[in-house]
Amino acid sequence: MAMDLKEIEILIKEAIPDAIVDIQDLAGDGNHYSATVTSNKFSGKSKIEQHKMVYNSLKGKMGNELHALAIKTKE
Amino acid sequence: MDQVTKDLINNDIKNNDVCLFMKGTPDAPQCGFSMAISNMLKILEVNYKGINVLETQSLREGIKEFSDWPTIPQIYIKGEFIGGCDIVKEMYENGELKKILKDKNIKHKE
Repeated sequence: MAMDLKEIEILIKEAIPDAIVDIQDLAGDGNHYSATVTSNKFSGKSKIEQHKMVYNSLKGKMGNELHALAIKTKE
Repeated sequence: MDQVTKDLINNDIKNNDVCLFMKGTPDAPQCGFSMAISNMLKILEVNYKGINVLETQSLREGIKEFSDWPTIPQIYIKGEFIGGCDIVKEMYENGELKKILKDKNIKHKE
């Protein structure tokens, strides 16, 4: 069920190429992460849209293989 | 999503100014993220309806499709989807949540 930190970063960067991604494994269990994603692509979008872009990049893994990913987006 | 689930969600959103779709109940949240939003609303003394998505599988999956949002908790204020835990936490910290409550005329602690 767990997902590798690097795998998450690759997926986000595939979808949002200019993104700077900072991921932390919060509990050290490969299951609870926090990601700070910084990208120009977020400009002019609402927080909901920004978070959806990150969720979409994870191709349905969010809520499945990936139990918990706290997201913070920055322009 | 079946029509019954859709109607159920629509009714909850329509009949309650603040709706929190969560894991567990406001008194006994069963997930840290659900507890976090629950606590923020309690601190702001907002009257809200907590809907436990763990009670039915159709609701647990249905709300994700309804909002096009993959995670729970989810909060609706006056029928508008505001976000999940991360967004609401950010809005709580920067004062935007209070502003929305004020703009939408929902009683809360100033």
